[in-house]
Amino acid sequence: MEINANCKNEVLYIALVGEIDEHNATEARRKADKLADDFARSKSAVFDLQGVSFMDSTAIGFLIGRYKKFNRYGVRTYLTNPSQSADKILSMSGVYNLMPRI
Amino acid sequence: MENYMKLELLAVGENEAFARSAVAVFALSLNPSLSELSDIKTAVSEAVTNCIVHAYGKEAGENRIFIECKTEKQGAVGVLHIKITDHGCGIEDIDVAMSPFYTTLAEEERSGMGFTIMQTFMDGFALKSEKGKGTEVRMRKSIGVSENETERERVNA
Repeated sequence: MEINANCKNEVLYIALVGEIDEHNATEARRKADKLADDFARSKSAVFDLQGVSFMDSTAIGFLIGRYKKFNRYGVRTYLTNPSQSADKILSMSGVYNLMPRI
Repeated sequence: MENYMKLELLAVGENEAFARSAVAVFALSLNPSLSELSDIKTAVSEAVTNCIVHAYGKEAGENRIFIECKTEKQGAVGVLHIKITDHGCGIEDIDVAMSPFYTTLAEEERSGMGFTIMQTFMDGFALKSEKGKGTEVRMRKSIGVSENETERERVNA
């Protein structure tokens, strides 16, 4: 999984690209947490899932973990562009309650 | 028409993507929709990840995962049967392990949703486990029955 980020008007956009599974989440976790530290003064962070070609329940843990990390800095987090299958996993696990879909 | 395959894999993270893709390609002969295929890949990924992370844990790299698949086709309807077995630590209490959000590894950001996803995404699910002996997950997916034909995005026309 790759992570691309850019910040515009105090909103940090984080694009996740590729497959999210147990094997490849570790590196992405480290990168996303570094972004949280580097952009701790942003208003909000938007995770763009358009480029995610596959996810399993690892993504639930990954996203909730990042929600907690950003939340410590007072940065609100959102999700956008999930595929139909990503949406199924995110809906059933209640991730949208923490990170609303926009 | 029936088909069968058996895979034996080293229990390492690199094989998670291989395992789910292999089962998905095997299922292609049943002409699944993209969403059916995605359900299958996710369920297989959950089961294989469980073998690596929970069943074998630190000894994962020295142990193996066994995957057996069978397809049946009757007219337009197909059925995929999947059996995923490990010889790992086994599950102490199946009811507890299967409850949503239950995980033994919360500190590693595990969601505890693996079994819930397997049950929700597949049409049949059965779990057998013996402490110290291993675990067997059986799953079944019916292809081409639940969705309206006109809405189906065919993978292989």
